[in-house]
Amino acid sequence: MAFLNATEMLGGYGETTILNSCTISVNKGEIAVIVGPNGAGKSTAMRAIFGMLRLKKGQIMFDNQDITNLKPQERVGLGMGFVPQTNNVFNSMTVLENLEMGGFLNNKDIDKNIQDIFSLFPILYEKRSQTLNELSGGQRQQVAVGRALMTNPKLLMLDEPTAGVSPIVVKELFQKITEISSKGIAILMVEQNAKQALAIANKGFVLVQGENKYTDKGSSLLKNKEVRKAFLGG
Amino acid sequence: MDYFNALALIINFIVIPGLTYGSQLALGALGVTLIYAVLRFSNFAHGELMSFGTMICILFTWLGQSYGFSFSFLPTALLFVPIAVIFCVLYCIVIEKFVFSFYRRQKADPIITLIASIGVMFLTAGLIRFIIGPGDQSFNDGVRFIFSVRDFKNFTGLEQGFGLKTTQALTIGTTLFLSISLFWFLNSTKTGKSMRAFSDNEELALLSGIDPNKVVLVTWIIAGSLATFAGVLYGLDKIYKPFIFLQMLLPIFSAAILGGVGNPIGAFIGGYIIALSELIVTFAYKRVLGYILPENLAPDSMMQFLATDYKYAVSFIILVIVLIIKPTGIFSGKTI
Repeated sequence: MAFLNATEMLGGYGETTILNSCTISVNKGEIAVIVGPNGAGKSTAMRAIFGMLRLKKGQIMFDNQDITNLKPQERVGLGMGFVPQTNNVFNSMTVLENLEMGGFLNNKDIDKNIQDIFSLFPILYEKRSQTLNELSGGQRQQVAVGRALMTNPKLLMLDEPTAGVSPIVVKELFQKITEISSKGIAILMVEQNAKQALAIANKGFVLVQGENKYTDKGSSLLKNKEVRKAFLGG
Repeated sequence: MDYFNALALIINFIVIPGLTYGSQLALGALGVTLIYAVLRFSNFAHGELMSFGTMICILFTWLGQSYGFSFSFLPTALLFVPIAVIFCVLYCIVIEKFVFSFYRRQKADPIITLIASIGVMFLTAGLIRFIIGPGDQSFNDGVRFIFSVRDFKNFTGLEQGFGLKTTQALTIGTTLFLSISLFWFLNSTKTGKSMRAFSDNEELALLSGIDPNKVVLVTWIIAGSLATFAGVLYGLDKIYKPFIFLQMLLPIFSAAILGGVGNPIGAFIGGYIIALSELIVTFAYKRVLGYILPENLAPDSMMQFLATDYKYAVSFIILVIVLIIKPTGIFSGKTI
């Protein structure tokens, strides 16, 4: 069984069903990418896996534990980290304070983790005493990822980490994400830059209307003609 | 020499009382702004919380005095401020449990919580009238002056002088100490930072494992303590009047909004700006001008911009101007 296994998820907001028996799984050291058209339920699937959305059906197994009914905070405690798409940093606080808040529950490793994050994102070390609203979009995303890494997560979930940053920064961020996964952390992300994301992904999920349309290796999906035509713009 | 006389007058009637009153407003505004930043509503009951804390302090002071307690040249009431703080914080926790926590669970609109806080204000005001009565209470038994106007005149030989009341020095000193401690707490301790994080981005704070109940509790502890200190210092400096605290809401909120609501440094500075403006506008400059201007230009009238009765209008005008020109206040508020 995979490290994270979300099977047959069914749910939505109020009466509307967004997820229709959607299945997502990822293993340690793997990068899994969810792609699909707008409104396919990609972000909703992420929120469901993180417990921010109540499921009507389905089961979520994480590290051989059933976490279907746990609160998001409890999932953080078990080793899940989440970087939301928007509002994913503390704007009025400094880079260092953001990281400290990320490690709020994790007192003993806090200094070591901050050092690790600074060596992963060297620019943050230079900017450590600046508040977040003085930083560029790409730097803010680095802080957002860094904050989520502070809890030593075994699974890192990223909701569109490259939204609104320049192409050069996108490339750099993907590189960093590969670096994080090589440390044995499972990574699950939703991406708009589908081609680039699938290129680094071990596994890709193509969602359409809340259902799994294609599930395959990232490189195979990139080669798949139908997928290219329908979702990757040729 | 005349300039020194004019300066002494201004120090005696504007600077020292302004800094004292400003300190009292700053303490009040800090509480209001903190509640706004962390709990996200304007707490109209804050004035009555000040009154409640002061009342408890007065009751214990009376009790203490009847057993012969005194604090040498300082007011006896200071000995009992810690007890009053405890009672006021407990009262805050009770209203939090029975009133505000309900609205927070409902994720109610801030305006609804604001209206609930007006209810709490009336309830508290009623409770206070019930316990201590509506009359004025004077409870300052310390030495009145550190140095009086007469001491100053004898010392310098000037015609005019300024004095410093014990309560004025106490108020300014305590406010500086409390404000610096608060800023240090918010910027350097883990709990303080978690309060700022919670204020900045509640959802992300929850995702980071910050306990919302603890943040709320600490906020009430700080707000209750600041309210008690503000009320007791005001009562010692002037007199304890249960009715005054409703009127004080206006300058307190003006100070918080002028500084940028939700911003503690803004609230602190806003308090002094409001207080000094009130005094600058309502002071009669006749004697000052008499010293500065040549004799034939000396004014006959009081040279007062506004009668003292209108001093609350000053904070109201400042409030209106700020809301029109820069609604976010001097230090662009909203988060702490």
